[in-house]
Amino acid sequence: MFTAIFSLTILGATLGLALGIAGRFLAVEANANVAELEALLPGTNCGQCGFPGCSGAATALVGGAAPATCCPVGGKALAVAIAEKLGVRLDLSGVADEAPKLALVAEDLCIGCCRCIKTCPTDAILGAPKQIHNVLKEACTGCAACVAHCPTEAILLHPVPVTLPHWVMPKPSSAVSVGNCVTSFAERTAWV
Amino acid sequence: MSALILLLISTALVNNVVLIKFLGLCPVMGVSKSLDSAIGMGMATTFVLTLTAAATWMLEHWLLMPLGLDYLRILAFIVVIASVVQFTEMFIKKASPGLYQSLGIYLPLITTNCAVLGISLLNVQQSYGFFWSIFYAFGSALGFTLVMMIFAGMRERIALARVPAAFSGAPIAFIAISLLALAFMGFSGLNV
Repeated sequence: MFTAIFSLTILGATLGLALGIAGRFLAVEANANVAELEALLPGTNCGQCGFPGCSGAATALVGGAAPATCCPVGGKALAVAIAEKLGVRLDLSGVADEAPKLALVAEDLCIGCCRCIKTCPTDAILGAPKQIHNVLKEACTGCAACVAHCPTEAILLHPVPVTLPHWVMPKPSSAVSVGNCVTSFAERTAWV
Repeated sequence: MSALILLLISTALVNNVVLIKFLGLCPVMGVSKSLDSAIGMGMATTFVLTLTAAATWMLEHWLLMPLGLDYLRILAFIVVIASVVQFTEMFIKKASPGLYQSLGIYLPLITTNCAVLGISLLNVQQSYGFFWSIFYAFGSALGFTLVMMIFAGMRERIALARVPAAFSGAPIAFIAISLLALAFMGFSGLNV
């Protein structure tokens, strides 16, 4: 038995070492622009842009195949940040939203069918069969993937209500430089 | 020399790994939609098969047999195959990103391609020597590549043909490959 354990351990270690060395020599450096854009995107891979996940969208953005407004989840703030990063002109006429929105369950309509739970890319919805579901605000990114799956229209996106803990004084509009106050998706939604 | 040529013909045509032994059917059905990716898949499988045959022969004769660990054969072989496939993946990613994209998920799936494990086990079963088992694996891989190329060519033509609705898509592909298998049975008359 000890022979078997010892020899297989040696075998695994040797192969692992060889693969590690090969990985060092054959490493492909990823496109730095793609990596930067991917850090800006929500990272939930909800697929609403029509590309395979956020890395696919980032590649398409760098290649010029997608407009800066392609991410419906990120909304206007993200579109501005992407356009600034890529140095392209931005047409915001197609972007409707002003404020971040989060999913909210109407408790009188929810029948506890669990369909929204399965579609949530961030596991933000909490619930059990035939129990009223709830959305964890800390995890929801407002990607709206769940909305279409609700049979009773109980889950909808609502603007985040402004409460005392995260109220900030509005900036004077002339001084707002939208680009440099937005760094990443996590930072933008940190106040939620 | 003539024995080697006979071995290559017998493994590639008479005992074809796909159509006669029915090993490695997944990539044949999955990656044969276009000739380019079929050739790429055939090359990658040839590389992996030949390399694994050498590696598993050394493993069998220098480690498993002297230590009497025959019962660990499948386990140890799979570990070696997985490492070789991982190495191939790194190599292709570095050498040819286009091929890496078009092979997609099927490249890591060479690990579970039963042709690779099957050929290594057959080599042990028939107690071939080192170079003989390498040629046996290479011949089988040639047969695999040949079937991939023929079948991809057929599917490219079928895609343009008028097929009854009930047969379009996968059914006509299965009918086509069964006819190809019938055609390959004709080689069994060759006495090699």
